[in-house]
Amino acid sequence: MAEIRFEDALKKLEKIVEELEQGDLSLDEALKKYQEGIELSRACTARLENAKKKIDVLAKNKKGDFELKPLDEDNVS
Amino acid sequence: MNGERHIFSVTEITQGIKLLLSRQYGSVWVEGEVSNFRPSSSGHWYFSLKDESSVLSGVIFSRAARDVPFKLEDGLKVVCFGSVDVYAPRGSYQLIIERIEPKGVGALQLALEQLKVKLEKEGLFAPEHKRDIPYLPGRIGVVTSATGAAIKDILKVLERRFKDVHIILSPVKVQGDGAKEEIANAIRELNEYNDACSRGDRIEVLIVGRGGGSIEDLWAFNEEAVARAIYASKIPVISAVGHERDVTISDLVADRRAATPSVAAEIVIPRKEDLRGQVRDLAMRMANSFEGLYADAAQRRADALGRLKTGMEHIWQLNRQSCESMSQKLLRANPALVIPEYIEKMREYARQIAVRAEHCIALKESRFGGVVEKMASLNPLNILSRGYSVTYLLPQEKIMKSAVGAKQGSSIRTRLSNGGLISTVTEVYGDGGDQV
Repeated sequence: MAEIRFEDALKKLEKIVEELEQGDLSLDEALKKYQEGIELSRACTARLENAKKKIDVLAKNKKGDFELKPLDEDNVS
Repeated sequence: MNGERHIFSVTEITQGIKLLLSRQYGSVWVEGEVSNFRPSSSGHWYFSLKDESSVLSGVIFSRAARDVPFKLEDGLKVVCFGSVDVYAPRGSYQLIIERIEPKGVGALQLALEQLKVKLEKEGLFAPEHKRDIPYLPGRIGVVTSATGAAIKDILKVLERRFKDVHIILSPVKVQGDGAKEEIANAIRELNEYNDACSRGDRIEVLIVGRGGGSIEDLWAFNEEAVARAIYASKIPVISAVGHERDVTISDLVADRRAATPSVAAEIVIPRKEDLRGQVRDLAMRMANSFEGLYADAAQRRADALGRLKTGMEHIWQLNRQSCESMSQKLLRANPALVIPEYIEKMREYARQIAVRAEHCIALKESRFGGVVEKMASLNPLNILSRGYSVTYLLPQEKIMKSAVGAKQGSSIRTRLSNGGLISTVTEVYGDGGDQV
């Protein structure tokens, strides 16, 4: 759960909310969804606070294949 | 007129005119309106320059035509630089144009306007081609200079906003020779790279742009090659070129225009507090709807219980009713209740019997009356009154129907109509007086 992407977690959470709001779930299912939703919203919050940026440069290697290389930010600023 | 005539050859005259013209009009600026424009297949451009009353033929040879950034067209007002030359084989003269500029606007500006018209006609700016910019893209492709202001600004936005994003930079020259090719190529390469990526790793949006500069510095973003690459991109593109007032062709083709690279970054990289709010809202909605569901379930349970109770009562009621009606039927069927009826019936029968008996007696009586009358008529006493008598042999008091039994000396009693006689037999005889 810790490694889930924020947007995926958010989308899942939205889906759960919609399902719950439609109201045609059994109470058991709803409870399961609710618990999952709580975990997702926690994961979202954790991700929000602990996100790390990642910046790469797209380049082609000698074979002509694409490669991602980390950007040297010192060169940028 | 001394008879000496100088006769020129046609060539001499033509050469003379050519010399005169080249001396006088060897390097001139001419202003006029383009008409009858006809480019040849060899790349030379032929047309006429005209004003209200005159026409001048003109040509731009292919070498010069290549450097003209805009498109010549009839009606265009131009200023040309060149020389008037004679074309000897036809005896005609024309302006050989070295440079041509649109009148009033700059050549680049005109080129831009012409390209805009052309691309617009082709539908490159059509609103229906514009795609939505994804919210919260996981990967963002950036096409700009690795050392320019644009990438710096984007990284700054990232720093103060939500960092959970992967930026892939495709570094390019953004001005000068080769800039347009590099930009167009980078857009194509990011698309190619994306096609090979798994679904979750795809670049969801491109930011194509650069920081502010002069109109010439931004020119690459007005180039057709860049416009077409943006149009062809499968990844939605945000164009982010320079400062607000400069609208480039890239801006027009892109799915979204941002005034600066920072603004572009802000469009796709949301604020943390917005996201916090969103998560909070979702959690709240979830709690509310869950509570709603729970309340519903509780209500349903209560309803079911109520209905169960009502149902049971109903069933009980029904049973009770049928029980009651049965016992009532049973009561009605009690034989004790029938007895008075029978008694009544018996009484009725008795009455009927009495009536009938009386009737019967009356009948019998009336019949008996007749018999009595008859009997009266048969009464032996009555017969006696007619002169008959009855004789009883004594002492037996036996009615004598014949003389047999009586002997001489037997006592007999004779019954007459009003009294009798007791006599002693003195003689017995047979019928007709014969002795027995």
